[in-house]
Amino acid sequence: MTDSIPRPESIAVKADHLYKAFGRRPHEIVKKLKAGKSRAEISSLGVAAVIDASFEVKTGEIFVVMGLSGSGKSTLIRMLNGLWETTSGTVTVGGTDITGVSAKELRDVRRKSISMVFQHFALLPHRTVIDNVAYGLEIQGMGRTERLAKAQTIIDLVGLAGWADNLPSELSGGMQQRVGLGRALAADTDVLLMDEAFSALDPLIRREMQEQLIELQAALGKTIIFITHDLNEAMFLGDRIAVMRDGRIVQIGTPEEILTDPANDYVAQFVQDVDRARVLTAASVMEPVRAVVTKTAGPRAALRTMRDLQTSVTFVLNRDRSFAGIVRDRDVLKLVKAGEVDLRGIIRDDATAVLPETVLVDLVEPSVESELPIAVVDEKNRLLGVIPRVTLLAALGNVATTTGEQPVIEPPATISVSLITETLRETALEGAEA
Amino acid sequence: MNEFRIPVGSWVEILFDFVTEYFSFFFDFIRFAFAGAFETVDYLLVSPPFYVIIGLAALLALAVRGWKFFAGTVIGLLLIVGMNQWENAMDTLALVLVASVIAIAMSIPLGILAAKSKAASSVIRPVLDFLQTMPAFVFLIPALLFFRVGEVPGIVATIIFAMAPGVRLTELGIRGVDSEVVEAGSAFGASPGRILRQIQLPLAMPTIMAGINQVIMLSLSMVVIAGMVGAGALGAEIMTSLSRIDIVLGSEAGLAVVILAIFLDRVTAAFGTGNTPISRLIALRKSRATVSASVESRIPVEPESVRL
Repeated sequence: MTDSIPRPESIAVKADHLYKAFGRRPHEIVKKLKAGKSRAEISSLGVAAVIDASFEVKTGEIFVVMGLSGSGKSTLIRMLNGLWETTSGTVTVGGTDITGVSAKELRDVRRKSISMVFQHFALLPHRTVIDNVAYGLEIQGMGRTERLAKAQTIIDLVGLAGWADNLPSELSGGMQQRVGLGRALAADTDVLLMDEAFSALDPLIRREMQEQLIELQAALGKTIIFITHDLNEAMFLGDRIAVMRDGRIVQIGTPEEILTDPANDYVAQFVQDVDRARVLTAASVMEPVRAVVTKTAGPRAALRTMRDLQTSVTFVLNRDRSFAGIVRDRDVLKLVKAGEVDLRGIIRDDATAVLPETVLVDLVEPSVESELPIAVVDEKNRLLGVIPRVTLLAALGNVATTTGEQPVIEPPATISVSLITETLRETALEGAEA
Repeated sequence: MNEFRIPVGSWVEILFDFVTEYFSFFFDFIRFAFAGAFETVDYLLVSPPFYVIIGLAALLALAVRGWKFFAGTVIGLLLIVGMNQWENAMDTLALVLVASVIAIAMSIPLGILAAKSKAASSVIRPVLDFLQTMPAFVFLIPALLFFRVGEVPGIVATIIFAMAPGVRLTELGIRGVDSEVVEAGSAFGASPGRILRQIQLPLAMPTIMAGINQVIMLSLSMVVIAGMVGAGALGAEIMTSLSRIDIVLGSEAGLAVVILAIFLDRVTAAFGTGNTPISRLIALRKSRATVSASVESRIPVEPESVRL
């Protein structure tokens, strides 16, 4: 999703060198920070909540800002809709610079372009669910009948049908946050800011809400900026993640980039507890295919390949380079001994082939059921790589697979090299190698 | 050292002389307006027969609290009639009503201002401290100077004395509104006026009502003191009984004040909680109407999360 539509006009929100300092003289703090002073050095003057944050959020993207409490993420999100004024730097929403504009213009931007979901829901307790959902529309100046009709469709969309006339206090936490989400969706802005929106919910409800958010995002195409301190949530929701620490953004990348290539020890330490199986994909762990022959190459070529690489299986490709199956050394050896020249009879098509974006958790079962390595193929069935069992285990356990010169080849050869060589020599005269 | 003296009192006197000299038109206007307001309210309370007023008060009691309070109101007010203090009590009530309405009308906007602006708050707070700690009798002196003897200085002194809790609790209530909810208002593009009207005031209402309750109670206590400057009513009775050491008159007038105080306190406190028999009745009607209108749609779809 991240690499689609990279057109320049599709930037929904842009933050450019944002600073936010609290204290008597915030501008002086920023000046010192820009001159290279650290956050600790200026602590006598005040607090630097956000330091030099720059990023671009693409239209239709879920951009997660992740950090522990005190890392400045809540301050950062509040600068994106002007709830906090920036001390330095600019914020652009939908092409409009919202820093330094009048209060009225700012209200206009908030009505039309950017809405927000809050950690503790922030519903109006004296208004019914439907009036809460319609709140943004009311501020936009929409008539009562029209806005209630629209709010009703949103209530159905977020799964609160039948609760329209209840007060928020009569709803459970998860349902209250659905109202909060509904209120933001009803306002029909392109950008949604979500400030720890699911952090106050029970784990099961949180997961349910996360899934629903992804569905809604896919259906409505909103740009979502999501703040969280929960890395698993960040990994689950984010197309891209910005990791914050002590007011600075330390890394921006896709969940996989953050996981496989952490920018520093802090990020690395942070990500070590992540459920890797749900984040890493086949493409990120697969090994290059070494043992590969074309279907027409014949058994002798296949056997020689296996001997050279000391492996017991080799992948077979069709003439158009698409994946045909796997052959095993025993079967090939028999074929060679029998003087056969065609591989087709022994190609096993029971090897598992998966798409590159498959997450590792889905590879565990096939890997348990068969000792054959898993093939990774693209939509056109072209072989991209291979995931032996060892690689899978290493990836799940976060162990580096390339410790030595020798790449992992699996499964290891079951027939000795000398036997293969002998067989090849014996049959060299009669066999015809294509 | 004995010779040294800072003549603060004389300075204040000079200030008052100056003000009475040049702003007399202003004080005349206030005098005229307050006297008119008092006479109108007093006329409305005194001219009908006592049982009409008792009936109305009892109905109000029934509406805001229920049967027990209804009975208590009837008995208490009849006791005032029985003690021959009815007219004095109604005069006092009129003074309290006029003074507290004006005090509330002034204190809520001031409270809002103090909540919205730190600068305003830092000016208003010490003034309130001053008003609350200055002995109540002292207010009577400038009131007498500016408005001469009668009900008006009593009302003015009462307003000044009773305003402080109204301002304080309004500020406290508005500042105490969940900042996230206020943020939500701004985040959806609501103007500050709309946030005040639709979020801050409704959510601060219980605290503001507690402030109003305090204003009324303080008004009542001050109105009695105001009897000293000729405000008449129960205050005058109490002053008379004090000068004559008349325990009969003193206890009867005092009891009448207590009955009025309890009545006013319970009524305003009930409004503060918002949980009155009347509001419950309205809510019940409303929910019956919606239930019968949409029984079908309400039952089936209950999201998973409810069960979890």
